[in-house]
Amino acid sequence: MSFPWAEEYKPKSAMMQWMDDRLPLPRLVYGAIGAGYPVPRNLNYFWNFGVLAGLALTIQIVTGIVLSMHYAANADIAFASVEHIMRDVNSGWMLRYMHMNGASFFFIVVYIHMFRGLYYGSYKAPREMVWLLGVVIFLLMMATGFMGYVLPWGQMSFWGAQVITGFFSAIPLVGEPIRELLLGGFAPDNAALNRFFSLHYLLPFVIAGVIILHIWALHIPGSNNPTGVEVKTESDTVPFHPYYTAKDGFGVGIFLIAFVVMTFFAPNFLGHPDNYIPANPLSTPAHIVPEWYYLPFYAILKSFTGNFLWIDAKLWGVIAMFASILILFFLPWLDNSPVRSAKYRPTYRMFFWILVADVLVLGYLGQAHVTSWVVLMSQICTMYYFAHFLIIVPIVSRIEKTLPMPNSITEAVLSGEADEARPIGVAPTNPAHPDPVKA
Amino acid sequence: MVRILAFFVGLGFVAALIFSIIVTPFASTEESVTEEFHKQPKTLALASDGPFGRYDKQQLQRGMQVYNEVCSACHSLNLVNFYSLEGLGYNEAQIKAYAASHEVPGLDPDTGEPTTRPGLPSDHFPAPYANEIAARSANNNALPPDLSLITKAREGGAPYVYSLLTGYTAVPADLPAENRPGTGLHYNPYFANLNLAMAPPLTSEGQVTYAPGNPKPTVDQMAKDVSAFLVWTAEPKLESRHAIGWAALAFLLIFTVLTYLSYRQIWAEKKGK
Repeated sequence: MSFPWAEEYKPKSAMMQWMDDRLPLPRLVYGAIGAGYPVPRNLNYFWNFGVLAGLALTIQIVTGIVLSMHYAANADIAFASVEHIMRDVNSGWMLRYMHMNGASFFFIVVYIHMFRGLYYGSYKAPREMVWLLGVVIFLLMMATGFMGYVLPWGQMSFWGAQVITGFFSAIPLVGEPIRELLLGGFAPDNAALNRFFSLHYLLPFVIAGVIILHIWALHIPGSNNPTGVEVKTESDTVPFHPYYTAKDGFGVGIFLIAFVVMTFFAPNFLGHPDNYIPANPLSTPAHIVPEWYYLPFYAILKSFTGNFLWIDAKLWGVIAMFASILILFFLPWLDNSPVRSAKYRPTYRMFFWILVADVLVLGYLGQAHVTSWVVLMSQICTMYYFAHFLIIVPIVSRIEKTLPMPNSITEAVLSGEADEARPIGVAPTNPAHPDPVKA
Repeated sequence: MVRILAFFVGLGFVAALIFSIIVTPFASTEESVTEEFHKQPKTLALASDGPFGRYDKQQLQRGMQVYNEVCSACHSLNLVNFYSLEGLGYNEAQIKAYAASHEVPGLDPDTGEPTTRPGLPSDHFPAPYANEIAARSANNNALPPDLSLITKAREGGAPYVYSLLTGYTAVPADLPAENRPGTGLHYNPYFANLNLAMAPPLTSEGQVTYAPGNPKPTVDQMAKDVSAFLVWTAEPKLESRHAIGWAALAFLLIFTVLTYLSYRQIWAEKKGK
């Protein structure tokens, strides 16, 4: 698909030949994830996370479909129906815990996948569309995860729905009508629960569709790699199968071990005790917090406390929270450094790690008991978050002095890790690997 | 153009935040009175703890006895049905007899009038009160929570339940007047706001008579037993969860080693080192 030396699919039997002439599905699979897709040979383990995200979505869809056979989307019995799954349905507890923890693992691998893209410049030309579709998937995941958390109809489900839909009421004039339209009432109730269930079932399939586009767009230029140097010759690549199917198989094993440890030995570690209390509109929990994967955004929401420019602080918070994700759509054009990989961008690399720390601290602050220190810290961290993408990255990409890059992926591989960035003509630090061009 | 616009948008957010910092008064946080007197749960070691945890069935049976004779006067156990009691080591006949000893709401087969009938194994534990209003009116307007999920629905879990049951003390002399228990409330430092509507339920040794061969029914022992029982009511499938978890891990370890070896073999000639 992407490179002239990509292997062409050759049917091995008369039956497959017959199939290939009529519906070339094996050809499609061969070209997408088989030997027909050449991939840079130097990908590190961070390139496993795309496949892992796909696996996590599959786990969610399979467990979710079975759970929906036993779940009742009715405000009166939703909580009891989840407990029915936990107690009376055969292996229902396993499906439910897998689905609960599967959502967390989906977000963990997707966050790593996204930071991988940020570090190695995978969002840059010619892969902007891959990045944009990825941000769309992320937004869909957030909507799906939120609506799924509402379904057990516990205290956090109810009050989370109350708070999140409350964002819309911050919009001037039309906010309150929009909120009522979304909820189908004045507060979360049966109407809201039913539409959330319907959409929670629908959106994962939309995600699956956008993933197909994401992979399609990826296969036009081919995968990025840790050096960020474009593929030049056949020796820079290996066929996806068996090389990366084997490597992904190993990654899948590690992922599943972590998933099993959480699901079977600490299934409620990432949850909140209040969600084991049935929803009660008359009793507000002392401390409403969203699921852990929304915490950085929740901290951003809460950090705006002043009515700057006569815009209400609450509206500032809502705008900032949505903007914090929407600015990712502009990233390919905000960063116009010709060098992709942060390996050769020392200044960008430093700011990248500050961003990672910043987001982690925001996550901590999102669930912390609100004190003046927490508010001040989240204001500073939010400031850095926006400054990073909107001010620092554009400036750094203009003024940064980048390090010399290897001429090709093959050269980077053959000269070994330490010598990857060594320009031609400079003496190798490892004499066991002489200059590949001269040798 | 995008970058210039972005620069100003970024400045806008930064300015709004600086403005927020300036207008928000910084209050150094003082520990509130309730935080000062509130205590963290005591430690409680149960057989079900940890990845190898299994239930101590004798203890669960004792805990159920405490629930039956003490807690069930006010607290429901709505989510638990009788046939699940086989998890406590009871056999079918025992469960049938035990279920039949409870009167559950039913309909008179001749008149259709609401009445009660002896319970069946498929019935759930009957609730002590018909509804929330009845429960509140009998308890000084406090609502005794359902206990089915209590160890999963409270921060601190079973140790919290155990601490609450054994944590009633005399009101400390230095507690400010507004934090002292009002009428019908009882001082308990393990409860978040210090004053609990529930009167101390376990008060004296021998309040429940354990069958011979069991430990002495001290207040501490009864509190431990009922906490263990409530871990089971919240998580009846814990033992199969742990068993399947270990089986899955054993399988995955072999799977992962094999995938690692095949990965190494397939890549052997490409590593070029």
